[in-house]
Amino acid sequence: MRKYSIFDIGKKNDYFDDEKNIEVLRKVARKCYLPANSLMLELLERNPEFKISYSLSGVFIEQCERWAPEVIESFKRLVATGRVEILSETYYHSLAYLFSKEEFKEQVMMHKRKIKEVFGYEPRIFRNTELIYNNEIANFIESMGFKGIIAEGWDPILGWRSANFVYRPKTTKSIRLLMKNYKLSDDIAFRFSNRGWEEWPLNTEKFCQWVNGYNGNGECINLFMDYETFGEHQWEDTGIFEFMRHLPGELLKHPDNNFKTPSEVIDTYEPKDEIDCHSMISWADIERDLSAWLGNRIQQSSASRLYSLEKDVKKTKDSVLIDAWRKLQTSDHFYYMCTKWFNDGDVHKYFNPYDSPYDSFINFMNVINDVVLRIKSGHGKKSSETASEVKGSEVGKAL
Amino acid sequence: MKVLMFGWEFPPFKSGGLGTACYDLTKGLSRQGIDVTFVMPAAPEGANAQFVKLLGANNFSKNVKVRKISSILAPYQSFTSYAEALKQMKSRAGLKKNPNDIYGTNLYEEVYRYSIAAEEIAEEEQFDVIHVHDWMTYQAGINAKRVSGKPLVAHIHATEFDRTGGNPNQMISHMEYQGLLAADIVIANSNFTKQNVVQHYNIDPGKIEVVHWGIDPENPHYGINQKSPFDDEKVVLFLGRITIQKGPDYFIETADRVLKYLPNTKFVVAGSGDMFERMINRADELGILDRFLFTGFLKGADVHRAFQLADLYVMPSVSEPFGLVALESLKNGTPILISKQSGVSEVVNNALKTDFWDVDEMANKIVNLLKYSELLEELKENSIMEVQKFNLDEPAMKTKAAYERALTIRR
Repeated sequence: MRKYSIFDIGKKNDYFDDEKNIEVLRKVARKCYLPANSLMLELLERNPEFKISYSLSGVFIEQCERWAPEVIESFKRLVATGRVEILSETYYHSLAYLFSKEEFKEQVMMHKRKIKEVFGYEPRIFRNTELIYNNEIANFIESMGFKGIIAEGWDPILGWRSANFVYRPKTTKSIRLLMKNYKLSDDIAFRFSNRGWEEWPLNTEKFCQWVNGYNGNGECINLFMDYETFGEHQWEDTGIFEFMRHLPGELLKHPDNNFKTPSEVIDTYEPKDEIDCHSMISWADIERDLSAWLGNRIQQSSASRLYSLEKDVKKTKDSVLIDAWRKLQTSDHFYYMCTKWFNDGDVHKYFNPYDSPYDSFINFMNVINDVVLRIKSGHGKKSSETASEVKGSEVGKAL
Repeated sequence: MKVLMFGWEFPPFKSGGLGTACYDLTKGLSRQGIDVTFVMPAAPEGANAQFVKLLGANNFSKNVKVRKISSILAPYQSFTSYAEALKQMKSRAGLKKNPNDIYGTNLYEEVYRYSIAAEEIAEEEQFDVIHVHDWMTYQAGINAKRVSGKPLVAHIHATEFDRTGGNPNQMISHMEYQGLLAADIVIANSNFTKQNVVQHYNIDPGKIEVVHWGIDPENPHYGINQKSPFDDEKVVLFLGRITIQKGPDYFIETADRVLKYLPNTKFVVAGSGDMFERMINRADELGILDRFLFTGFLKGADVHRAFQLADLYVMPSVSEPFGLVALESLKNGTPILISKQSGVSEVVNNALKTDFWDVDEMANKIVNLLKYSELLEELKENSIMEVQKFNLDEPAMKTKAAYERALTIRR
């Protein structure tokens, strides 16, 4: 988002900083998306057994279409191999499920349409934003017709069970649950270049030994990570691309190993047991809860304020306004307001454009107040007429 | 280790950051087992008293000795305000001698006279390190170093550039420079100050140690729990000297913007200084004078009461070497908005921060904070937690390390 001051309310409605978004997207495309995609294509061509799966938000696809179309083209080439699966998620990478099931459903459907339009493909497996999950979500997703759902293989939920099997969520009939192996995933995503880690440096041989160690007591190992792991979180000079280049070949050396897409996994293996997950879990931080996005007062109040506008925003039928309101739902906005570790000076710094969680809240609330004014003017006069007439005191009352 | 320290009078006799800083540092050092002979200028009751020796002053353990040099020097003095103080001294009845016989006829002379007296003390006392606080004591330190051969540590709490908003008095900045140059180690109270010292005086950054201030968690005034007398009005506080350094004019301009959104806000200004009249005139000109309350200079418990009744403390300083007062606000449970041109902004995370000149942004933040109680509460809770990390021991330990380094250099 742009820097949006209280003095901008009622005057400006270009909330999103296109220049900055273009800059970041193109930088990450250069460092990660393009080289990583071309590596994956190379691996798919060299190893007929290799498979991979992606979860791309609608907002991401939209941004690529506008500002980095070559990224979309390279994803299309991957999907064309027939060995790449695209997962379902919310269009706006939002926390909508927690606030409005109706809005959530609409966003999942929007995403489905977008994937169909771009890749000619219909996702069967759902993964929620930040892997937010519980029984109820699994149930809801099942009712929407999905065959599988992905969640964090978090020990308190698994109990004595292992993440490396297919499960059935409690309260559901046929949907399957795939659990992320966070240990092996994070070895690559977080620890790969950490010189303080006792296993550093991690090479493919060592990693494959760990994977092979599960043979005999597991049927699937779900590695799930930010794509930016390749080239952005772990820079190229850490050797992450070389690691990945050798990984499939090395894994396939063992006769018991193969690759499957999530859909193939649930079609191949029967659920081993039922998983009961009553409270919400996610893949974030050591708590694996919602506290990174909704842990404090300012996060909770700004999110509920945003979602409280749903009816009124939709009533305007103003597609530009509705789209803006939905973009405000992207979970990152709330992540920037996280105060959990701010005391130690250890902000969730990476990609965070704000100096402090408080600045982030202030910016967000100013924008929300402008949305409120636009809703009001949508019912009366046209927004362009009122825009210049708004005085400070009126905005003050509107806040 | 024994330290001969040339500092400033402790609160509550004198107020202001420098006195508090000296008091807190001495307290911390004494807990580190360092012997301190603390020398300070003190306006005498009877002018004939040359030196008053106080052994084991209250509040301190046995290893602190206080010595006073009869002088009317005071922190933050300018040539004009010194002349004023001297005039008052002359008019005071009961003096046995003409003050001109004792005190310098101007600030420069008085500083010089003080440094000669300091030299005598240095000859009498036993110590390993000399520690001086801000420019008025630098010459005293230089003299003490000359007669004793001991290393000199020059503490810089504020440069002449900070105090004058970038228009330094040449004579003062020259004396400041001399002291910093002669010092074996310079202690700066923030990276902000260190940069200023390097930039303005070209002092070798290698000999500058940064020691951020801490705060005494034991002050009984934190518990007063003063309630605001303004029922449904939010209170925004300015507290400090009303001088160009503290940015009072930016406070007024910000208030004007805030009031357009939240007309019911009360602005309390606590302090005195040479821009007081200008501040009132400008508020009147903007038609917002009725939203202001001027308390004048506060000291002791009243300072804490002011913090406690406020919803937000604003420190729009143009150049604030540290800004201990911001920590005091947090200790009193009041969140802060501080300028980025301050040392304290380097060490406090849970604060609102802006550039001092950005009055629109200050207003943007203040309006949101006063409007959304969840923001106020979140900031308050986190900053109260964060301020607990400040104490007197850490700065004392770092100062001790600086002494040790000075001793090594000298050897």
